Amino acid sequence: MIDYNLCTGCRLCEIACTLKHEGLIWPDASRIKVFEPYPGVPVPQVCVQCPDYPCVASCPTKALKVSDVSGAVLVDSALCTLCGNCVKACPGGIPRIVKGFSYVIICDLCGGDPACVKECSRVGYNALKLIKKPSSTTIKLYAKPPEVIAEDLKERVLGGE
Amino acid sequence: MSYFGLTGNLLDVDLSTGKTSVSKVHRITYRMFLGGRGLATYILWRELGRKWRQVDPLSPENLLIVMTGPLTGYYPGIKLVVSGKSPQSNGVVGSAISTDVAYALKSAGYDGLIVRGASKDPVYIYVEDDKVEVRDAGRLWGLKGSEFLEALRKDLGRDLPSLYIGPAGENLVRTSVVMSRWFHAAGYGGYGAVMGSKKLKAIVVKGSGPLPKVANPEEFLKLRYEVLDKVSQRKTFRQWGTTAGLWSTGHDTSSEPIKNWIEEWHDNTEFSHVVMERKYWVKNPWADWGCPLACMKVSKVSIDGKTYYTDGPDYEMGAYLGSNLGVFKVEEATALSSLADELGLCGIQTGNALGFALELYERGYLSREDLGYELSWGDFKCLSRLLEDVAFRRGFGAVLAEGTYRAALKIAELKKVGVDELLQYAVQVKGVGVGAHGIRSRKDYPQPIAYAASVQGGDHTSVAGLPANSEESEAWAVLIDSGVVCMFTAIDDTTMIKYLNAVTGWNLSKEEFYGVIAPRILSLQRILLLLGGSDVVWDPRKHDDNPPRFYEPLPSGPYKGAKGDSEEVKSKLKEYYLSLGWDELGIPTEETLKKLGLYDAVEVVRNLRKELTT
Repeated sequence: MIDYNLCTGCRLCEIACTLKHEGLIWPDASRIKVFEPYPGVPVPQVCVQCPDYPCVASCPTKALKVSDVSGAVLVDSALCTLCGNCVKACPGGIPRIVKGFSYVIICDLCGGDPACVKECSRVGYNALKLIKKPSSTTIKLYAKPPEVIAEDLKERVLGGE
Repeated sequence: MSYFGLTGNLLDVDLSTGKTSVSKVHRITYRMFLGGRGLATYILWRELGRKWRQVDPLSPENLLIVMTGPLTGYYPGIKLVVSGKSPQSNGVVGSAISTDVAYALKSAGYDGLIVRGASKDPVYIYVEDDKVEVRDAGRLWGLKGSEFLEALRKDLGRDLPSLYIGPAGENLVRTSVVMSRWFHAAGYGGYGAVMGSKKLKAIVVKGSGPLPKVANPEEFLKLRYEVLDKVSQRKTFRQWGTTAGLWSTGHDTSSEPIKNWIEEWHDNTEFSHVVMERKYWVKNPWADWGCPLACMKVSKVSIDGKTYYTDGPDYEMGAYLGSNLGVFKVEEATALSSLADELGLCGIQTGNALGFALELYERGYLSREDLGYELSWGDFKCLSRLLEDVAFRRGFGAVLAEGTYRAALKIAELKKVGVDELLQYAVQVKGVGVGAHGIRSRKDYPQPIAYAASVQGGDHTSVAGLPANSEESEAWAVLIDSGVVCMFTAIDDTTMIKYLNAVTGWNLSKEEFYGVIAPRILSLQRILLLLGGSDVVWDPRKHDDNPPRFYEPLPSGPYKGAKGDSEEVKSKLKEYYLSLGWDELGIPTEETLKKLGLYDAVEVVRNLRKELTT
């Protein structure tokens, strides 16, 4: 779960993500991305595990499946052809096609103990929290393009010019 | 041959020819100069050292250097160093800026970028990994900060890390800055004008790759979490940032610039961070890339129907554009900071020059006829107008656009008064207005030679002191600015050096750093500073000193009467120079140069000494 109010825009989550997955600091290859088109309006964006998983349904090669353990979307790197269908199917355009990777990058919740959430709480920002998957479809409302979310937040944080 | 923590590559762009190239930096060079400020100094020495005095900082001959360091991206708290021959000091200033360009450069495969020559028409440099283009910036030229960022986003279809200049840099204002993302600036040095002189509006960098591997991943992670845990405990700093200084640096330590440093103490509870917090912060805390501290805050104020946004204002901006100008309404100080950001002006240097002008006006050296309007302390309207006049070099603004020291020379000539008479009111050291930390009370910056001996003049982030082999000396700033990290997340020299070794695989010791590396970098900076430029050359006997104002007694507050002691300054300067292996004039001795491996500086220094002593 993401609390936009608490996010400082520091991107320690991105660093933690790639240290965990790639053993490197690799800003472009993070599964969670923080956009900040306006000052003080950071928008963390990460897979929210929609109840209906439109990305999984859109995959022509069956490279995407849902983890029984965490509910995260897992990518089979051997099957993924980088066709981009999942990016288009996602209401937030969240799956990432990154230079240097032969498969699409989607948050795997680190098997159920996400490094980004740990990092965010470790430094005391607490903008990211891991929650039990809610039964309602509310969570899918978070899957929006970052520009759209930023416009909403901008109005509230910065107000009119 | 691998470079842990470093790419080993420097990108070189010649704007006169449009040619770009990539050069390798030898591992030994990094080991000798670390990176950032140290490496930039070495490059400037190597390329321009022999003709240094003849190089006009605002000519195509000067280099604009942006440099990361081995710690950049790995150590929490991101910074980049901007350098070149400074249009303020005529020496080398390593000017640090918080910007995502720093990690983007490394991700794109470069440790730094050297820009040489000058373009005829406005351009910007676009770097995307190994693709480097010099692009037309015709429609970006003239835009203020936020307008530029909007236009760039429209152009590129997304936000990318960028460095840019505002109108002040375009107009070659010596108090201009290199900006990044709304409110960040490389202030000291005046490198906005260097970009302007090259007709370079911006540098945009997209990097897709990872940061280079580190030498010792386990040790790196251990140290990384040690630093993250320590720094994230600085709760008051997170809550209030440096804005806290608006109140405490004045009230508690009597070291805040008030009305051109006539005073340094105030008791005005309205001029405080707490008022900002209650009334004007719309985002707190706010952080930069990889920062566990989050000292920034977004503030929003409205004055006469106009809305202004800025960060903080951070202490330096708020004090120099607030109390130093007699402005004690925090919303007005905030609005002036926001204006400075938009115009691409350095709040410190411009606030210093404006304070100087206000005092000259009050003392009758300047009049309404000179400015075209009345000037008075704390008058928001005239001050915001004067800021714009400086940025666009309009009317008297063109004089102040030269910075306090050169403005004093010009006014002396215009008004037929003695230069030294005017310099009494110029609170600057070697062309650089001093940062917003006074030395008279000794409660904030306790070292009387903090600015007098600094190779970066009045730069409050690079102050000298004794003992020379400790965090009290300018060596500490050399470590921060050459490793290239944020001074607010830097913990101590032991941790920093361990961190450097974990990332790079070096076996650097504290003894080597303080005994050889820091003196090497400081000696080169000192030599270039003393070589000076064709307009201004510094004489150590005269200019290695505090501004005259710091020898006047503090007129108010708990430290009333405190003042600098010139005999003490002289003796401490001597001691400091001696411990760096410099002679009584602060010139590195031949023996020192040889010990530091700076053989090619021997002759230059011999001539310099001859020139100064005959």
